[in-house]
Formats: sequence, structure tokens, C-alpha cells
Amino acid sequence: MNTPLTARVETLTKFNDFVVKFANINGSGSASANNMFAKAVFRMGIPVSPHNIFPSNIQGLPTWYEVRISEAGYLGRREGVDLAVTMNEQTIGKDIAEVLPGGYVLFDSSKPLPDELIRDDINFLPIPLTEICLREYEKPAQRQLFKNIVYVGALSAFLNIDFKVLTDLVGDQFRGKEKLILPNIHALELGHQYASENFQCPLNLQLKRSNKNEGKILIDGNTAVGLGCVYGGATVASWYPLTPSTSVVDAFGKYCKRLRIDPGTGKSKYSIIQAEDELAAIGIAIGASWSGARAFTATSGPGISLMQEFLGLAYFSEVPVVLFDIQRVGPSTGMPTRTQQGDLLTCAYASHGDTKQVLLFPATPKECFEFAVDAFDIADRLQTPVIVMSDLELGMNEQICDQLNWDDGRTYDRGKVLNAQQLEEIGKFGRYVDVDGDGIPYRTYPGVHPDKGSYFTRGSSHDANAAYTEDGNVYAEVMDRIAKKFRTALDYLPEPEISGTQNKLGILYLGTSHSAIDEALDSLARRGIRLDTLRIKSFPFHDSIREFIDSHDLVYVIDQNRDAQLKSLLKIELDASPDAMHSILSYNGVLITAQHIERAILESMPELEASNDVPA
Amino acid sequence: MSYITKPKFHHPQLKTNEIGLTRRDYEGTLTTLCGGCGHDSISAAIIQAAADMSLQPHRVVKVSGIGCSSKIPSYFLSKAHGFNSVHGRMPSVATGANLANKDMYYVGISGDGDSASIGLGQFCHIVRRRVNMLYIVANNGTYGLTKGQLSATADLGSMTKSGEQSQYENIDMATLAIELGASFVARSFSGDKAQLVPLIQAGLTHKGFAFIDVVSPCVTFNNTDKSTHGYKNTWENYVALSAIDYVPMKQEITTSYAAGKEKEITLHDGSVIRLHKTGNNYDPYDKENALHHINENKKQGKIATGLLYINQGAADLHELADTVDKPFNQLNEHDLCPGRDTLMDINDTFR
Repeated sequence: MNTPLTARVETLTKFNDFVVKFANINGSGSASANNMFAKAVFRMGIPVSPHNIFPSNIQGLPTWYEVRISEAGYLGRREGVDLAVTMNEQTIGKDIAEVLPGGYVLFDSSKPLPDELIRDDINFLPIPLTEICLREYEKPAQRQLFKNIVYVGALSAFLNIDFKVLTDLVGDQFRGKEKLILPNIHALELGHQYASENFQCPLNLQLKRSNKNEGKILIDGNTAVGLGCVYGGATVASWYPLTPSTSVVDAFGKYCKRLRIDPGTGKSKYSIIQAEDELAAIGIAIGASWSGARAFTATSGPGISLMQEFLGLAYFSEVPVVLFDIQRVGPSTGMPTRTQQGDLLTCAYASHGDTKQVLLFPATPKECFEFAVDAFDIADRLQTPVIVMSDLELGMNEQICDQLNWDDGRTYDRGKVLNAQQLEEIGKFGRYVDVDGDGIPYRTYPGVHPDKGSYFTRGSSHDANAAYTEDGNVYAEVMDRIAKKFRTALDYLPEPEISGTQNKLGILYLGTSHSAIDEALDSLARRGIRLDTLRIKSFPFHDSIREFIDSHDLVYVIDQNRDAQLKSLLKIELDASPDAMHSILSYNGVLITAQHIERAILESMPELEASNDVPA
Repeated sequence: MSYITKPKFHHPQLKTNEIGLTRRDYEGTLTTLCGGCGHDSISAAIIQAAADMSLQPHRVVKVSGIGCSSKIPSYFLSKAHGFNSVHGRMPSVATGANLANKDMYYVGISGDGDSASIGLGQFCHIVRRRVNMLYIVANNGTYGLTKGQLSATADLGSMTKSGEQSQYENIDMATLAIELGASFVARSFSGDKAQLVPLIQAGLTHKGFAFIDVVSPCVTFNNTDKSTHGYKNTWENYVALSAIDYVPMKQEITTSYAAGKEKEITLHDGSVIRLHKTGNNYDPYDKENALHHINENKKQGKIATGLLYINQGAADLHELADTVDKPFNQLNEHDLCPGRDTLMDINDTFR
């Protein structure tokens, strides 16, 4: 040891408030080791949020795992790195450069670190990971894999991770594969021992047991969506594999295999169809929903583009269907493994002609679960597609949230569906007749009655009885009635979350921007700047959003896209004045940070210029 | 024309079938297709097939894409639910509807533009998935609604009314279906109701994906002497590889043929297809043989028709997915929701 170590840089000790970033090579087995680290922090009761920053690649390209640890409960990303674990020679220069002064670099010292990478304002923690694993393990695969576990073991000494928490995690992870438990624990011990013997442990970054995670879980949004589809009664999932949406259907399938097998017969109460493309995926979901099953598809931007025609059909012929858009960076193929809120406008008005789609915006995994369940009720109630707008950040990263909950008294709202007896009672059935004056007509499932209730579903212009028409007035009546239905929709859509209207400034946002808000607001409050918040949960917009904008001098609108799509939507839908809104934009493919929001707000206030310095 | 209401009156002594319905109960709205269009003969054949086999009209689901062919579902079985979807995408909608309720009869009607061009991908994959349905392509080799462009099934050298000649190899939907795993493949001609009706009946009854490619001339745009999809060419070059009768399960079989002269194929519900001998001793169980005969006939400018291929043993989509007996659309929260206690256990796996 001691080769490239510079003089030790002394810093104040940080408890439960720092960022550890792992730089790895994709396909090297680092994911489960890094995950074990994050989960250990979680089990110590400390708020933690891991963020995968990964390539569109299976093996060989750089991948990062950034773990924010925050006793204050700030779960967004924070700029700057306190401890870097640099396991990738391709990126080590950049990874070391990112470390904040006074921070640490844990690296594999089996090979010397090039002189030009050495900084004198940070501390180096050389550990000969390759040498240790060469000595301890025989199989080449083990030598590679256990390097990752060894550095987690070293971190347990450096950061004061409760070692038993780690060994318990290994036991949980390899339950049923007991042979793997001991070698993994051995690797943890090797790392812990090396660090303890060669360095002064713990470092100035330390974990202290806390109690912040009671009643919480650590789960990714796509798994929560998959579970929501099981609980929401989906029986048909049709999809085409597409990052970052793939794990939605994977999770649905995994839970269905456990929870949707009929105990008597062993047969399945679900079906998953891997379609030939996204067009077929949504076509299958629409066909199934039309016939009365709850069906969904999951996709991302490129799939949304392909599904446009079918979304117009479902809008106009009024077929419920649920779609999960796990947004990634566009346009075109864009950055498939990076996050963005770039599909807002495309989804809000998906398809040609006068169309509008119902959108839901979950901000946490718990909301992914709840909105997935609600989406089926809302789609059935309104007889129209519902698109749940998640994104890669929410979908593919584990996050802390309140545990999932279910009320056993809850029943599914299948909307206005007539059965045979009701058809007998009402006499005449007209598929698109606005019987109740709320714009929502009644529908029937195929086969319901020998001579009542059948109708012809079509994407061509139709009258109230579903008959083909080219009468412009009749067409307009149907279009007006559908517009009325979308006003009724507000009664069924989640209201925005509003903090209050006591301040002159407001901030309006949706989805994953939520993760940065508390931190940005607390920091701004320390400068005497206070803002009210409004988090949008659904589209079409409720009137309270317009009222919020009107009741503030200025409202900041956060968009994780280049073109201020949310702000555009507010202008179009609410006729909100552009002067009343100021955009905060972030579109570099990673989750927006509190620091970014704070800087943008301060920059918009030239009178505060002198104190504009936001620490990283 | 569709805006004229079809009169409801019918002759009081119109014959009723086993479930007390008359032919009129199987009809749809008045056609809006051109006078003499082959597609209207397909509607008539479906009406006759369904009425004669006493199918309950409301147990049928009709699905189609876009084009002249896809209008056909309006013209039969108005008591059945119908879904006129988007161009080339009927197979996906049919697949979804079938997944939701396995207890219905599904009839998909498409055309050569709808299934061989814009929807060729969906066609291939619904065949592969073995959806239990009858899929009919009303094949006229042309795009009628857009006034007579060549379609992908037009034979090399075939000429439309406007004089446009096909420069490309045609796509043969029947051979494609056989190769991709369809378990019932037939070809027929809209002008030959005697052949088409029993094929429709057998296709409806067959468990699995049943496909009938029906040559159905476009009288307006593709019925010239130089068109291989016109009436003249089809009549002249039409070869029945096999001729069948369809005998519903309930009907007593009263053979009018000498024993040993025909093959009988029993379908899964007990109905029987009786295959007449046509001199060539055609074996519809043999995939390679079917492809060989179709191609040999094509070389000579002939159109091989009849039941081309059948395999009653193939599992359908629901069997492959091993789905519960009760249709998905009848399952409720009691059947589907695992409940709170299970969710609490799941929560524990995320700690």
C-alpha cells in the first residue's frame, strides 16, 4: 500500500450525508454488490437513494451507480461525489475529477495509479482488489465477481456499516443457493479486514444507525407498476421489449407466476403476449379491453410514436386501455438508458385529428403502484386510454417510499357496462348515447345478449348508435360529447398536490422532479426565498392549477425536457399567460438536482446576484 | 346503400333453423360495395354457413381492418359485436379480443392490401400465435377503395384495368399460412358458394387458426381478361384439390356416397368434414404435399382450391398459455386481487 497516497486531507466528519459513486464496467457483476451497499444503508434506517447511470450495452461500456445518503431525507441526486469507487480504467480520470475536495477515492491498487490522476486535495484508498481475489479464489469468474464484494466489505470498515447487516443481506440474497453464502461473506471479510488493517477506519464519512425508514420500502417504480397491474386486475399484458419499460412486464409476469395461478387447476389467470412490435402490443391490449378484460401495454418514447394510430382509434371509438410510458431521452433512439420527461406533448395529444389523452404522473414507486391500479378504474370509467407517465429514473431505480397498501374492501370500477338483464330493462341500447349527461356512454361486451346490445366499433365517423355516418353535424355532436366526457374526467383524476398560496412565488412540476423539491426549497428558504408548490398528478388539468398560477406573481415550471413541454401544455390548456411562468429546464439525461433548481431560481432574480453562489 | 334502412319484413313462412332463426337473422346492413363485387358473395356465404349450422349470432365476434374487404363484417350477423379497426392491424385486435373471452367464435375479415401489405407482419404473427379464429382474406389483387392500384397478391404479369402490370412476385397467403403454422388452410372462390360455405363452416368449427384465402374479383378495377384475379381467369384456372361437405355434430350422418370413397375428418366438437375423392387422392394432412400441389398448380397458371391443409392436433393460443377455463372478462377482484396480507408480505421483500 501507500504507493500513490498523498498527504491526508483533513475534513469535518459527515454523518449520514454524502454521496458514494461506483464507477464500473457493464457486465462485470457490480450491480448486485452495489445494490447490497445501498440496501445495507437502508437497513441501517438511513434514507438512501441509488441512481443507475448505465449504458445501452450488455458488456464492456462504463456504468455508474450513484448513492445519495441523506439523514434529512433528500432523495434526489446531489451534485459532487464524496467517495468514488473507481473500478473502470476507461473513466477513472473523469471519476476522480468529480470527487469534491476532501473526498475519497477507493481504487484497485493492483496496478499503480498514473501520476497525472493524483490530486492533492483528496484522499486515496488503495486496495489491491485483483491481487486479493487472485490469491483467494480459483475460478476466473469468481476472481472477477468477488472484487465487487471485497470493495463493499472495505466500505463497511471505511463508513462504519454494521457488518451483520451485510451478512444478513447475503443470506437473504442467496436464500436457496446456500453454497454461495459463505464465499460472499468471506469476500466481505477480506475487504473489511484489509481496510481495517491498512487505514484508519472509519473515515470522516460515517454512517450512523437511524430510524428514518420505519414503514418504508426500497423498490423501483417498474416493479411497483407491475404489482399495481396484478392488484388492479389486469389479465392481458401485451408488449414489445423496450428499455426502460421492459421491467414493467417482467415484474407483472413474476408476480403473476406466484399470485395468478388457479390453485385447483394450476392454470393461469393472466396472459402475457410478447408482440411483434408496439403497434400489435397496443392493438392486442385494445382488443382485450374492448372485450372486457383489463389489459395494458408498457413502452417508451419510440413505442409511443408507433402506437399513435391505435391511440386515436381508442380515443374516438372509446375503448379503455392502459399504457405505461417509461420515458427515456428522445428524439428518435436518443439516449435509451437516460431519463427525460420528453413525451408530454406527444402523449397529451397522441394521434392525428382532435384527440386528447388522459395522463397520470406518478412521482414515487408508491404512486406507480397506486396509479397503475387507478389507471384501470379510470380507463374503464371514462372509456378511453389512460397513459401513466413514468420515466427511466423512477422506473429503473430503487427508491425509498412508504410501504404499499391495499384496502381489501376495494372493488374494481368497471364503468358503465350493461349486462343482459340491464339490456332487457332499458329496451333500446345506443352505444354512444349520452344517457347521463356526463358525456360517458354505456358499453357492452361481445356475446352479452342474443339480440340486444351488439354494436359495431369503428374508427370512422359514427352516430350515437355507432352507425357509420358522413353527416358533419352528427360527427360534430359526437366530438362535442367526447369533449364533455373529458371535462367529466376531472372528477375521476387525482387532484394536484398544493402546499399553499401564501407566497408570491410558486413552483409547479410533476413526476420525478419531485425528488429535488424539498431540498431546493429548504435551501432557498435559508436565503429568505419562499415558494408555494404545486405537483401535477394528472392531465387534463384541474382548475386549481390555473388558480395557483393566477394567485402568484410568478410560477416556476420545471420541465425535464428542452422545449418546456409542461409549460406549453399549461398555456394551451389553461390559457395561462407566458409572463406568469418561468421555465426551469433540465435535459442532460440525468435526474434534475436541487442545486440545478436553486441556481435557476437565483439566476432569475438579478437583484440577488451578489449571493448567487450555489455550492455544488 | 347503407343509409337506406333494410326492411325488417320477411316472408312469414321463411324456413327456420334448429335454434328457430331464419336466414334474415344472420344478415347485416345493406352492402355499399359495387354491384357484382365478389365480397358480397363472401357475406352471403357466411350468412348461409352460420344459419345452416345454427350458430348463435351473438356468440360471434367480427373483426376487420380497413379497405373494401373490411367493410364485409357490416353485411352479415348484425346481432354480433363488430370491430372495424385500423389498416392492417385487425390481427392484434382479434388476438386481444380472443384472449379476453375464449368462448366466442371469432371471424376476421381482411383483404390483400390489409393482410399482405400493410398488415403482413401482424398476419404472420397471428398465424404463429395460433389464435382460435376463422381468418378470411377477400383477395382481389387490387386496392379498390383507392381506385385500383396493384396489391402484393397480384400475380407477376397480372394487369389491372388501368393497364398497370405487376412486376413483382406475388405473396401467396395460403402457403404463407401453412408455413407459419396455421392448422386449417383453404382457398376458395367467391363465385363458388358450394365450395366456400362448407369451408367456412369447417373453419369456424376448427379449434385453432383457420385461414381461407378467397379469390374475390374486384368488378370495377381488376376484372379484365389480363387480370389473374378476375372472374374469367379464376373460372378457367380453378382446380379443386379437394371438395368437402361439412356435417355439424348434431346432424345424423346420412352418407350419400359409397363407403370408402371419401375421407372423414372429425373436428374437436364432433362435427365432420367429409372429403370427397377428386381423382388425385389429395392428402390434406401433409404440409409438404400441400405446398407442392399449390406451387405445381401455380406454375401452370392454375389456382389450387379446397381444403389445402389441416392439423387438428395443434394447440391454440389459450392452450399454449394454459389459461383458466373461465373467460378473463368474467374474472373479478375476487379472482384476481391477491389482497392486503399478501401485499404486506411483498412489502417485506423490499426491506
